[in-house]
Amino acid sequence: MPDATDRKIIEATQGGLPLTPEPYQAIAEQLGLTAEDVMSRLSAMQDKGIIRRIGAVPNHYKLGYRFNGMTVWDIPDDTIDDLGQKVGQLDFVSHCYHRPRHLPEWPYNLFAMVHAKSREDVDNQIRQIAELLGGFNHGCDVLYSTRILKKTGFRRSEKSRAGQPVSDETALNV
Amino acid sequence: MMTPLHKQLLNDYQRNFPLSPTPYQDIATELGVSEIEVINALTELNETDVITRIGPVIPPNRIGVSTLAAMAVPEAQLHDIAQIVSAYPEVNHNYEREHRFNLWFVIIASGAGHLQQVIARIEQQTGYSVMSLPLVDDYFIDLSFRMDLHDC
Repeated sequence: MPDATDRKIIEATQGGLPLTPEPYQAIAEQLGLTAEDVMSRLSAMQDKGIIRRIGAVPNHYKLGYRFNGMTVWDIPDDTIDDLGQKVGQLDFVSHCYHRPRHLPEWPYNLFAMVHAKSREDVDNQIRQIAELLGGFNHGCDVLYSTRILKKTGFRRSEKSRAGQPVSDETALNV
Repeated sequence: MMTPLHKQLLNDYQRNFPLSPTPYQDIATELGVSEIEVINALTELNETDVITRIGPVIPPNRIGVSTLAAMAVPEAQLHDIAQIVSAYPEVNHNYEREHRFNLWFVIIASGAGHLQQVIARIEQQTGYSVMSLPLVDDYFIDLSFRMDLHDC
């Protein structure tokens, strides 16, 4: 688990690293640390998996990927780890999660987010996932987003109002 | 309009952003351009909202407790209920989707008790039940989502 200093660093960088020649130095000054501290802690958090990656976070919607489909699948629980890994490797899948079913109204246990520039492309991607799952696919659905009602995860002001850092669980227009 | 430098920065620096005192200079050296060109190009990507930021990406449930929540609400009330839900600071994303479950959002709370509290309050305030689908497993494979930037 991250300690208090780690959390402060995460919080200070969730709005983005400063676009100045020495961004870690700038964060360090803000927190009363040294740039060395900030870099080594970021590196350690990455090794521990507290941070998944450090880099540019693209806004897919802005790049023409206006169709985001949340595809959901009902597959046997004993195959989900194996199949989830395979689906997660498809290059058009940005997130792939195992979530609990909520019977009777929600039979789906595998979630794969797909992004495309047209609905036709999404349909094609769904076909590819279905092919991969083969006979283990006991049912599926796709939920297109029709409206973004709130997406403030990356805004510093919102984040600090929420009082905690933002998870990127659904960073890609989920 | 995106330049080749914009596209390179977008596709090649979604991960492994240098952890060095002068990361933009490092990228500039790798790409054979100047530091100021890199900083300017990233600033442009940021200002035009093509990237939301450059920084660490945190997987779910590493900090706090989160869930994906869904509600099935009548079309006529969707707008009002969405506003109630969005007003919660714990709600980070709120999407209308084409489905019987037509409202989907993420709740991030400081702990399990807090999360249950938020769900209960939303249910009480809206009069509709919230289906909570917390993460069981994350099949994230460490590959960049490679974008086709041909017509950007």
